[in-house]
Amino acid sequence: MKPSDHDNEHLLHHFSDMDQQRESAKLGMWIFLITELLLFGGLFGFYTFYRAWNPDIFHNAHAALDVRAGTANTIVLILSSVTIALAVRSLQLDRRRRAGKFLLATVALAAVFMVIKYFEYSHKIHLGQLPGKYYHYTGIEGTNPHIFFSVYFTLTGLHGLHVLAGMGFIAWLAIRTFRNHFSAAYFTPVEMAGLYWHLVDMIWIYLFPLLYLVG
Amino acid sequence: MSTMEGQSASKYAEPNYLSATRGLKSWLLTLDHKRIGLLYLISTTVAFVIGGIFALLIRLELLQPGGQFMTSDQYNQVFTLHGAVMIFLFIIPATPAILGNFFLPMQIGAKDVAFPRLNLASWYVYMFGALFALYSMHTGAADTGWTFYTPYSTETTTSVISMTLGVLILGFSSIFTGLNFIVTVHKLRAPGMTWFKTPLFVWAIYATAIIQVLATPVLAITLVLLMLERAFGIGIFDPKMGGDPVLFQHFFWFYSHPAVYIMILPAMGIISEVIPVFAHRRIFGYKAIAYSSLAIAFISFLVWGHHMFVSGQSELAAAMFSLLTFLVAIPSGIKVFNWTATMYKGSLTFEPPMLYALSFLFLFAIGGLTGVFLGVLAVDVHVHDTYFVVAHFHYVMVGGSVMGFLAGLHYWWPKMFGRMYSLFWATVALVVIFIGFNLTFFPQFILGVRGMPRRYFDYLPKYEDLNVLSSLGGFLLLIGFGMVIVYLVLSLARGRAAGANPWGAATLEWSVGSPPPPNNFEQTPEVRHGPYDFDVVKPKRTYP
Repeated sequence: MKPSDHDNEHLLHHFSDMDQQRESAKLGMWIFLITELLLFGGLFGFYTFYRAWNPDIFHNAHAALDVRAGTANTIVLILSSVTIALAVRSLQLDRRRRAGKFLLATVALAAVFMVIKYFEYSHKIHLGQLPGKYYHYTGIEGTNPHIFFSVYFTLTGLHGLHVLAGMGFIAWLAIRTFRNHFSAAYFTPVEMAGLYWHLVDMIWIYLFPLLYLVG
Repeated sequence: MSTMEGQSASKYAEPNYLSATRGLKSWLLTLDHKRIGLLYLISTTVAFVIGGIFALLIRLELLQPGGQFMTSDQYNQVFTLHGAVMIFLFIIPATPAILGNFFLPMQIGAKDVAFPRLNLASWYVYMFGALFALYSMHTGAADTGWTFYTPYSTETTTSVISMTLGVLILGFSSIFTGLNFIVTVHKLRAPGMTWFKTPLFVWAIYATAIIQVLATPVLAITLVLLMLERAFGIGIFDPKMGGDPVLFQHFFWFYSHPAVYIMILPAMGIISEVIPVFAHRRIFGYKAIAYSSLAIAFISFLVWGHHMFVSGQSELAAAMFSLLTFLVAIPSGIKVFNWTATMYKGSLTFEPPMLYALSFLFLFAIGGLTGVFLGVLAVDVHVHDTYFVVAHFHYVMVGGSVMGFLAGLHYWWPKMFGRMYSLFWATVALVVIFIGFNLTFFPQFILGVRGMPRRYFDYLPKYEDLNVLSSLGGFLLLIGFGMVIVYLVLSLARGRAAGANPWGAATLEWSVGSPPPPNNFEQTPEVRHGPYDFDVVKPKRTYP
């Protein structure tokens, strides 16, 4: 055990030092991210099968999506990944207020993403471009165009839930940062939130071309 | 383990994790992996009893041809509940969450699992999921079978959503446990505990955890899609809307075949602990057994298509899956041969844990070999969805997983509670269970080959004799398992103190008092020898 770890209040009783504790948290987080990938993997599997079986539907239906909104959201999410990385960096340098502000900026950017998504969703609901039996739009050629929207809504819906969960978690971490719970000696939760947020961002980076840029 | 000689022989160790704090709250909010293991022991035992009652209802109904006391619809609900409760509420959590929770940290010299709060959360999530699954009984239990195949599961009027939501939630509990164990094994091993000094039970639980973490999320998303299909008609599994019901089967078995190894691998780990201790001999082929656990975990992801030989997958795919299925027999065979070789020229003693381990070897060999028959394309087409399949997986699940679990429970019980159960009654119960099990399920192999389909409410009169035998065996099993519960509970009040090391084992959990102290080890142990070096450690038996 390092001498400095004796009085670190964050060291739990079953770890021998802070390094072991941090490494454990990191490994646990990576395994959690793998489970997330497999969760989305199921939906990506569905995308693959249905696109292979119905290439024409995917080609015709993707035109109903708004590429500008998708592009804007891609930029917003990439920016939010930058801000959360800067938050972690600020804590490493022990600049706590700065870190808190970067975390709030991340939450704000995530909110922008959700607002744009909300407008996209409500526009589609208005037109009847809906999954399965609720589909009643008539402007797309080919049989069963609703399949594209089933895939679109399940994929972006699950991703949206992850954005919402991340917003709640990061907002909570921002409050704790402003209350001086984290410092250069201990900021593991913020680092873990960063890993999670990068994954959420990365999944979107795959969703964007797969859904918006089919043809 | 150098402290072993210093332990007092037959005292009830104090302080221990049971007496350290008192009150209901100290149990419901505990972060101690040992207490969480006991919480799981109680809840999965309740699940086992519920699932067992459904099993007996099935056997009662099948005692004679024709309807006895339930309708065919009720019968469908009963066998669905039996399968779902036994698989999702009992076998999957039982060995990892009870014995793994309790002994994995102790065997690697750790004070707890890596994430104690996540560990407690997994139990609450389990209870929450169990409530959903069982609530469905009240609202008209699902009648789809535990596999929830579409399109029936999207059309039946029974409450499929409540049941699948329960299973989805239970999946998270399983993921939490697996994640915790992987990190614990990687990061919390005591100094000197290298990978190849790690007990084989740890290797088995580790391999299980990998499957839990990789397969369960796919089940989760599949069940979500099933619920969306049922609630909103998204058309993903509905051929009328361009969807594909066979895709559901692919996704379901991508989880559920590996899940079969979630059920059997931990039991194999227990057998690897028990046999060397009662043969008083170092395990034969340590590395082969360790690697074969990982091999089984790996191959388990490549065989799911053997559930779908008659579902209309391509012949090429079926042939590939058949071939890959045979591969599973190799690591399984490696284990069985190494266990047998461990006993060769050993000085065997036949206490209850060893008797259960030997029963496992015998029954698992039958279950495993009939599995290879089923992997043969031509044979499978003949016996698919017959009682042959039912008999096969009960030989693996009950003859393998449950026998292995009971071997572990009898092996570690004196460590968990500090007291020994009645060895006499344990032996009697084992004989009853062994006879009852074979009487229940061996006739089902014959019924299956003769063409009796599974999941049917009624059967032709020519099948009656064997069904009567099978039902009789079912009631012997009731007596046997009932006896186990009774003498184990009685041992808590009346059992003689077992001492720190009643069987003379050399792994770390036996080096501390029974029951173990709250933090397992007063000082982090230094590990200098392997888990089965009986000739080096020369452990002394503290019982009788």
